Amino acid sequence: MLEMRGNEHALFLGCTVPARCINYEVSARSIAKKLDFSFVDISEFSCCGYPIRAMSHDTFLTMAAYNLAMAEEKGIDIIALCSACGATLTKANKVLVNDLGVRKRINRFLEPTGRQYNGDVRVKHLCRYLYEDIGIKRVTEQVVRPLTGFTVAAHYGCHYLKPSEIFDNFDDPKMPKSLDLLIEATGARSLYYVERKYCCGGGIVGINEDTAMKMSKRKMDFIKESGAEAMVLICPFCDIMYEEYQSSIEKRFGTEYNLPIIFYPQLLGLAYGYTPKELGFKYNVLKPSKLFKDLKDQEKEAKA
Amino acid sequence: MTRKKAHGHKGSKGKTEGEAHGKVVGASVDEGDICEPRAREGPTIEASKLDFDFKYEIQKQPGGEKITTCFQCGSCSAVCAVGAVDPSYDPRKIIRMSLLGLRDEVLKSEFIWLCTSCYICHERCPQGVSITDLIGAIQTIAIKEGHIHPLVSTGMKLLEKHGRMIEIGSFENKIRKKMGLPEIEEKHGGVRKILKRAEVQDLLLKKIKEGS
Repeated sequence: MLEMRGNEHALFLGCTVPARCINYEVSARSIAKKLDFSFVDISEFSCCGYPIRAMSHDTFLTMAAYNLAMAEEKGIDIIALCSACGATLTKANKVLVNDLGVRKRINRFLEPTGRQYNGDVRVKHLCRYLYEDIGIKRVTEQVVRPLTGFTVAAHYGCHYLKPSEIFDNFDDPKMPKSLDLLIEATGARSLYYVERKYCCGGGIVGINEDTAMKMSKRKMDFIKESGAEAMVLICPFCDIMYEEYQSSIEKRFGTEYNLPIIFYPQLLGLAYGYTPKELGFKYNVLKPSKLFKDLKDQEKEAKA
Repeated sequence: MTRKKAHGHKGSKGKTEGEAHGKVVGASVDEGDICEPRAREGPTIEASKLDFDFKYEIQKQPGGEKITTCFQCGSCSAVCAVGAVDPSYDPRKIIRMSLLGLRDEVLKSEFIWLCTSCYICHERCPQGVSITDLIGAIQTIAIKEGHIHPLVSTGMKLLEKHGRMIEIGSFENKIRKKMGLPEIEEKHGGVRKILKRAEVQDLLLKKIKEGS
């Protein structure tokens, strides 16, 4: 198992999270405090390089190396909140660590920026870090109010697990379980639904909006069928599809979902005793109102 | 169904299922053969117009290395999440067209941009073809030939300007501050230098500036 070193890690926000998924960022920072690790902010982190992978493979590697180099200068490993950023940095890192020739070439491209990368950084998605490094046992230990009775649909998305060869088989992409176990650690139940491994369509929303919306619709239909009260996500792109596009999808296809979309750290934060406000639920379009009410009632009972 | 003999493969748009299958010119059909009338239907692929080197061109791009190992089982198309809602997107067909050498038809087509890069086909391919990266390799060639999807150019402009795909301005920072998050300053000098350095980028930026 690839282990992250120390308990101080660079928080890689990427493009979408700091602008459009503030609730994800706020809640991730909150739960870190309870689990004894901390984030270091590197203000010069830029785009990971994913959007230009088709344009120029070398430029994609250079952009990733540029970000990796900044973490290396500080001597820390990287935790990514966005699955695509996590996969891009992991993929580029694999090449840069193992192929000295490529690393030399990319470092030449990096010269104008005054940086260089020597291959000494490790990258993980937050949930992989929680699952592998912190461990389900420690994640569970911190729970102060289990979310018993709350049923959710886990959405793994794509780049959290795939392409599997870059992720050291930490989970099985055909039958993944890490997110389900993390969800069950909060006391909530993770329901099975049809086509749970399928993509949200976010990758082509700018190219063919209608097809992307159809893809999200198909998934939400299956989730609705399963009876889950909310959907749990770990990627900001999926959030754009399921949360920002939900009402448009309902209008376009004449369906109704009313499906609250929750980021995993928000769910965990609730179980850790944080208030919805502290977890940025203000920015969730639909709130899991029933869960909030149950938690409040529990609190009142405990006081009485 | 049209009986007009079309030269070159036209893709599947607006065609019926029977027409999607091309017929190689020159194949002899016995007179009185029960299949003869059917065999003459639909577009034909002219062997002389095929670019047999296209597959080797793809092989040279990162991600395209294993294209020739594809044996057309169709596992990729069966699991494709895009294909599930939009049958006009068919990874097997893109690979077959590429192997056959229908270079222009592939590079100019809309469908090479429809891959969400979810890697579900990559995990299923029995021949170890990374279809996702393969489509990326085809996109790279298309871009070099000037068939640039508008979204690609928009993304490039954003990267050049902000160092990321979404601008973080004073409005976003105000919200961040209110939520107790550190403000983000756009320091994109490094990104600009990287983009400037890359060969393809120069070509692309030139094209973008000329075009729009």
